[in-house]
Amino acid sequence: MDGVSELQLYTWIAVGGSFALYFAIAWWARAGSTSEFYVAGGGITPLQNGMAIGADWMSAASFISMAGMISFLGYGGSVFLMGWTGGYVLLAMLLAPYMRKHGKFTVPEFIYDRYYSKTARVVAVACLIIASLTYIIGQMKGVGVAFSRFLEIDYDMGLYIGMFVVWVYAVLGGMKGITYTQIAQYVVLIFAYTIPAVFISLQLTGNPIPQLGLGSTLADGSGIYLLDKLDMVVTDLGFKEYTTDNMGGSVNMFAYTLSLMIGTAGLPHVIMRFFTVPSVKAARQSAGYALVFIALLYTVAPAVGAMARLNLMNTIEPVAGQNLVYAERPQWFKDWEKTGLLKYEEKNGDGKIQYTADEATNEMIKVDRDIMVLANPAIANLPNWVIALVAAGGLAAALSTAAGLLLAISSSISHDLMKGILTPDLSEKNELRASRIVMTVAVMVAGWLGLNPPGFAAGTVALAFGLAASSIFPALMMGIFAKKMSGTAAVWGMCSGIGITMLYVFQHKGFMFIPGTSFLGDMGPNWFFGISPNAFGVVGAVVNFAVAFAALKVTGPAPAHIQQMVENFRTPHGGVTAAQNH
Amino acid sequence: MEEKQSYWSENLRLIFICLAIWFVVSFGFGLLLVEPLNEIRLGGYKLGFWFAQQGSIYTFVALVFWYTKKMNDLDKKYNVEES
Repeated sequence: MDGVSELQLYTWIAVGGSFALYFAIAWWARAGSTSEFYVAGGGITPLQNGMAIGADWMSAASFISMAGMISFLGYGGSVFLMGWTGGYVLLAMLLAPYMRKHGKFTVPEFIYDRYYSKTARVVAVACLIIASLTYIIGQMKGVGVAFSRFLEIDYDMGLYIGMFVVWVYAVLGGMKGITYTQIAQYVVLIFAYTIPAVFISLQLTGNPIPQLGLGSTLADGSGIYLLDKLDMVVTDLGFKEYTTDNMGGSVNMFAYTLSLMIGTAGLPHVIMRFFTVPSVKAARQSAGYALVFIALLYTVAPAVGAMARLNLMNTIEPVAGQNLVYAERPQWFKDWEKTGLLKYEEKNGDGKIQYTADEATNEMIKVDRDIMVLANPAIANLPNWVIALVAAGGLAAALSTAAGLLLAISSSISHDLMKGILTPDLSEKNELRASRIVMTVAVMVAGWLGLNPPGFAAGTVALAFGLAASSIFPALMMGIFAKKMSGTAAVWGMCSGIGITMLYVFQHKGFMFIPGTSFLGDMGPNWFFGISPNAFGVVGAVVNFAVAFAALKVTGPAPAHIQQMVENFRTPHGGVTAAQNH
Repeated sequence: MEEKQSYWSENLRLIFICLAIWFVVSFGFGLLLVEPLNEIRLGGYKLGFWFAQQGSIYTFVALVFWYTKKMNDLDKKYNVEES
């Protein structure tokens, strides 16, 4: 058996085996009631919930893209590491326990109860759907890419398979099925991520723990620290120093990190997971476990990023001054050239590969950031079963996040819009049926978006975090910590926050992401204190808070029974589960 | 009612302490003070870089567990635990 088909065989076993496991779990954890469908009956333990949150949260972006981004951004990539973990500190202390105590099914429902306003509920549903749909596009693309690269089947076909798998366990099991499959998916993805990292760390530094390997000396006998070597190699070629390259200046990094943190804390598909545990105490604990499980991947990622960059550099220039001859390039190089994510162009006619920061001499004209994690095991010559595991892990990360997002979307439509506003007399059985139908439609919409990704897909991630940071997070936080905040004032705050954020994003990236339609004329990039559109959510949040408190002076405080309700969810005493509350 | 007020203000004080630490390790050590801290080495890591890519995350984990423990104690003290 030659190398390629052996790899294919292992990949089919890893992917097929993991899918079979998800199906088995889906059958075992079928949902029989709305409570099981929306919140898994409220009976998930904190440890289980922590794992499920880990898989729910860590998407194709965390698994595939993040280490690649760090690889090329160096120190600047820290915004993702701190931003996407620091949000859990906010979630654990500012939102999760109180929202769990209130004991309802969805985030818009909490906003409706607290702000006694259907407008607020509809605004929340709209934010949730836009944020979740933009997020799903990335997951669907991740599924398609993983299938087409590793199993060499068509991107479209891969996407259909992915849609079918998610549809089966999400529609059948709802939150209950999703929770138990997410636990399995967490295990698959964490092994898939850390095993190659351990191997590579061992090869490069002799230390099997990647977090320590990154701070160790190289195993080649030179006695040089890995990070110093990397700084040396990249600056020699004209790139910025790896450990100090700060992305867009400190103000931008500060705003970016804070925006990602509050955006993370405001994403409904994550908050919703806290409704599945039986108590306030369990909600606090599951935030801690979730952060442990997330940190396992997030502290390995910077090691993967730095080591992948060093390996790439070493492949191209194995001995100083002697660059790799293009005709002798390794197999993984050819494989990724086929996908178009890696492009080489001969410029000086010597047949050797030059990779520099200078565009005139650089011959590696495209090195897509996304290939760093996927190609990493091959670059490091790891055995085929490790590469197969990475494929299964990438799929687990994408599918688990997609399922959580689909549930957030379908519950906000069937529970908030239909049961809550349009058809309040919907019976439980019909609501359950409706949520399954909505889920099916949502899977199809997500698949369609994955097949025809809108040209602005890359820009929309800014919008998802921007919306969560500028509208949902401030509304929830004021709902808990500002007892007197009135419904009308909160709606004004939410709309202003969203408005200013969208204005800034569209002004820089074009209206509805259509280039050249900036409506305020030329403003220069990152006009507001050098803050990039991706980092603007925090400014939107500040505007939201300011407008809401100003409007509160006009509207007067919330009615006494609402203030009583806030008092009530501030203490764990006398709580009920969402299941008992409906 | 009094009891409830002091439970809440103790909780707020705890949150304030946690978020101060949260801010110092990430925005402080990892971003604002990164250059002076980078003069100090932790093995192969520059210290500021280490806080930005490793240390802040470990601190976050510890903070959430510490807060959870303190809140469980507080619930007991004010007798507001779930039945």
